[in-house]
Amino acid sequence: MATLLSQPHGEAIGYSFTQSTGVPTKEHSFYPYTDNGGSTLGITGSDFAILAGDTRSVAGYNINSRYVPKVFKIGGDDETGEGAHILLSVVGFAADGQALKERLDAVVKMYKYQHGKSMSVGACAQRLSTILYQKRFFPYYVHAILAGLDEDGRGALYSYDPVGSYEREQCRAAGSAASLIMPFLDNQVNFKNQYIPGSGEGHALEPKKADPLSRDTVEQLVRDAFTSAVERHIEVGDGLQMMVITSGGIEEIYYPLKKD
Amino acid sequence: MNHFPEAWGRPRDDVYGPYNPSYLQTTGPKTHTQSPAVTGSSILGIKFNGGCVLASDNLASYGSLARFTDVKRLRKFGDTAVVGFSGDISDMQYLDRLLDSIDIRENYSAHGNTLNAKNLHTYLSKVLYKRRSEFNPLWNHILVAGFDDDKKPFLSSADLLGTTFSAPHLATGFGAHLALPILRRLFPEERPIEEITKDEAVAALRECLKVLWYRDARSLDKYTIAVITPQGIEFQEDQKVEAQSWAFAETIKGYGAQVN
Repeated sequence: MATLLSQPHGEAIGYSFTQSTGVPTKEHSFYPYTDNGGSTLGITGSDFAILAGDTRSVAGYNINSRYVPKVFKIGGDDETGEGAHILLSVVGFAADGQALKERLDAVVKMYKYQHGKSMSVGACAQRLSTILYQKRFFPYYVHAILAGLDEDGRGALYSYDPVGSYEREQCRAAGSAASLIMPFLDNQVNFKNQYIPGSGEGHALEPKKADPLSRDTVEQLVRDAFTSAVERHIEVGDGLQMMVITSGGIEEIYYPLKKD
Repeated sequence: MNHFPEAWGRPRDDVYGPYNPSYLQTTGPKTHTQSPAVTGSSILGIKFNGGCVLASDNLASYGSLARFTDVKRLRKFGDTAVVGFSGDISDMQYLDRLLDSIDIRENYSAHGNTLNAKNLHTYLSKVLYKRRSEFNPLWNHILVAGFDDDKKPFLSSADLLGTTFSAPHLATGFGAHLALPILRRLFPEERPIEEITKDEAVAALRECLKVLWYRDARSLDKYTIAVITPQGIEFQEDQKVEAQSWAFAETIKGYGAQVN
């Protein structure tokens, strides 16, 4: 008892609760992302834009569901999507994709209420980039593609990385089978590595010039891209959801894919 | 006698050595659930003509220990929705209290609307997504069954990351591996939900629970089934896996692939 009493006030007794302990910081074992697989694809034409995605949702080797859409109408009615004039596709982590879609949808609606006119695709594209960059250090883990018609009525397509870098393009494939689809698109949409026969001697051939494609051609390209991706990628399949935006509005087409 | 209240009732330093103060720390990094402790296994769900069925066993495991054998993991919400929880039991109890408070608020409110299963699923998935975004997840995978705004059968899932998906039949945990293939074979996509009767659906889930009882080590032969129809919710608690036959077990050697 003498030793306990002789101790100076509060010291050496390990009961002072606030003292630092030098316990090493523990690493978080919780990983807040998952990959829900699937692929998306967008192509523009002179007066339309097509955005498509497969409808399979996966978690590892499990198929969660055979119908989870990845392409959404932005700025329309909540249930029917009526009145929308912009399309967004998201692929990667589906929960982030859903959150991103809902935020952009709210922004586009607020814009209309506040300014009395619809948001242009260009403005929406810049705003989406800002939304993504705001979460630069805890990103929305998605590859987004935005589609609509620009001020001149031409098809507009913008593609993004998870932190908001974006660019306007003629065509873009994203998601797990992007590496399978994109080279096909380079060749068939932008006519890369295609030359005009007999236009020159040896290697001095004239490259084939890329012109906007017709809607029928583009729809067939999308179908071909996905049927091929289904053959070679296990996360792609079940169904193909295609949204076509023209001056007449948005048309949705569903096309079954292999379910294996 | 020591006059520090913190020291009362604790082993004396001079006799037992100083208490490891790291157990008493109130400073340092904030800690969250990094892994579940007491857990529930699979939840099974299926849609049929005019309603949904959910099923789950009554076990709460502590690791491999079958700790609590009478835990109801299906929860009623209002008169038209049921939520099934797998994963952490304490997080389930938290969500249960959360739903209780919403239910009370809804019943006292003057607007007269009642939240349907679809509303409930949206709400719960947002709670789960918010918590994962705070790196403080609710360690659950849930199924919500009931009806949507058009009074059609509704069945959807949400997990600890906030990922959501819907399908005619769903299963969490081990059920995703063992029960889903059975359900997909019994009720293939070509067969419309309108052709599936309530009795068929219930019988299928009972069969799936039996398979789980045979092969999922964290399962129990006592279970609960909830049938949701427009007439109301029929809860069948304290059910038992009937007609068990362990004859197959004798022939299994090693991992089951060995012949002799």
